[in-house]
Amino acid sequence: MKSYYRTETFWNYIIVGILLILTLSFLLPFIIVLSTSFISEAEWARRGGHVLYPQKISMTAYDILFGKSYVLFNAYQVTFLRVTLGTFSNLVFTTTLAYALAQRDLPYRIPLTFFVFFTMVFNGGLIPQFLLVDFLNLRNTIFALFVPMLVNGWYFLIMRNFFMNIPKDLIDAAIIDGASPFKILTSVVLPLSMPVLATIGLFYAVYHWNEWFYASIYITDNEHKPMQIILRGLLNQATMEGVDNISFREEPPPAASLKSALIIFSTVPILVVYPFVQRYFVKGIMVGGVKG
Amino acid sequence: MKKIWKFRFYYYLALPGLIYFFIFHYIPMGGALIAFKDISPFDGLEGFFDAPWVGLKHFERFTSSVYFYDVIENTIIISGLKILFGFPAPIIFALLLNEVLRMSLKRVMQTISYLPHFISWVVTAGMITALLATSGGLITETINDFTGSNINFLGNKDYFVSILVTSHVWKTIGWSSIIYLAAMSSIDPALYESARIDGANRLQMAWHITLPSISFVIVIMFLFEIGHLLDAGFEQILLLYSPGVYKVADIIDTFVYREGLLALKYSFAAAVGLFKAVIAFVLLYTANKLANKLGQTGLW
Repeated sequence: MKSYYRTETFWNYIIVGILLILTLSFLLPFIIVLSTSFISEAEWARRGGHVLYPQKISMTAYDILFGKSYVLFNAYQVTFLRVTLGTFSNLVFTTTLAYALAQRDLPYRIPLTFFVFFTMVFNGGLIPQFLLVDFLNLRNTIFALFVPMLVNGWYFLIMRNFFMNIPKDLIDAAIIDGASPFKILTSVVLPLSMPVLATIGLFYAVYHWNEWFYASIYITDNEHKPMQIILRGLLNQATMEGVDNISFREEPPPAASLKSALIIFSTVPILVVYPFVQRYFVKGIMVGGVKG
Repeated sequence: MKKIWKFRFYYYLALPGLIYFFIFHYIPMGGALIAFKDISPFDGLEGFFDAPWVGLKHFERFTSSVYFYDVIENTIIISGLKILFGFPAPIIFALLLNEVLRMSLKRVMQTISYLPHFISWVVTAGMITALLATSGGLITETINDFTGSNINFLGNKDYFVSILVTSHVWKTIGWSSIIYLAAMSSIDPALYESARIDGANRLQMAWHITLPSISFVIVIMFLFEIGHLLDAGFEQILLLYSPGVYKVADIIDTFVYREGLLALKYSFAAAVGLFKAVIAFVLLYTANKLANKLGQTGLW
């Protein structure tokens, strides 16, 4: 019997058991939110919040969200614009800067790189940043949602490291063929960099999709509020009066299920996409050797 | 000069990015000088040059205010507890995952563990609030069934910090484990092979081979955490706290936000922000220097 507790199988079960409990804990909040979103007023009142799964599926909350709300539709549009415009400019500005500073022979490369590094360890603080955006009249424009965060220092470093590790032979061969620096960038370097561009692009895109704080201070005008702001506003209030144009039927869904439906509504794109793209993310972290 | 001309293409390429850093990072550094001035809430930066210099007035007001110790203490306690629990958690998680022999199972669990990382703090806070709601919250109601007491967790000073730390660990454990798993995957299998021949069990191998092999990464990551000691989780706290728990939840960043952007005391809030930025600079700079000294690339 002594050997039983030492056998590999026994410990395998223990380890897998612990990990399964942990894994479940990552999923459980989402399962609860999903169930709550399908619950009707009557069932909610009867069961008083003890909801792991709904007994009867009610789509009322989704009907309301999909059909009636101009506010949500507009917020989705702003977020969509932010993600596309933002990610595109992020990539352009980050790639050009990283590629230029990856040239080992570039005069003043070290001080120029330090110029970027320094912003990663010291900043002027929230108030001067806010006042600057205010001063530049960017507030309540879509530009406030991506121009102040055009280049992320970490992503710049990841890209620069990647460019520095491109084999020099490839570049030299192109130079011998008489390619201009621009030609080398567009037809040698960029095609080779697709994986890192995709990774960094996804980092930026998720950031723009999820970012709430800066939007909350730069945008006060309803027309330009991205989804996270609207979401926050509605999650934070007890009733759901903020979703305009809602005319309740005979049986309105409870606030809890509307809120849950709202969470699902705003998170589904990420939930759908992330299992497929997380591989790129993991690779990106390896490439940079740093934490995202 | 000739050499610079030869590289002109690359300078043109770098220019937009450098201009961005100048405008949106260096100008605010200069703008932080409003901490030594009295800026009017109506003029903002436009009144910068007209505003009178007041020396260290705002710093003195901060250090002598009743909030000073609370805010500093809360920042360090919350951040310290997050490091205490949140730093070892992904290492242990990675060690456990590393022992899973079925590759498909390991991959599925890993993928699920990344999920919280991709969810915004707004949604996470919404879920926490829903689970802990005094009426209809699954956790609160379940506890109520067993103990008969209805606890307002988010409004209670005794529980608030634990909620912050728990949700922080929940959100970061999977994602942070990536770097350790990557380090583990590059360990030479021959080491395990020879240890097995010597009769080592799995715990011994984890302790004597796996951990020492990733110790460099652990140290670098720890220095990174220390460098960010003053970042106690601004967005998370801002989304979850309420006046009733300010006493334990108010950190430097939330204080700056309320004083500056809600109460419009720009100069005072900028002074508090600058106070933080200077200490953070020392921490980050030292952490990075140490990491560089330990070898290879360090944090940069």
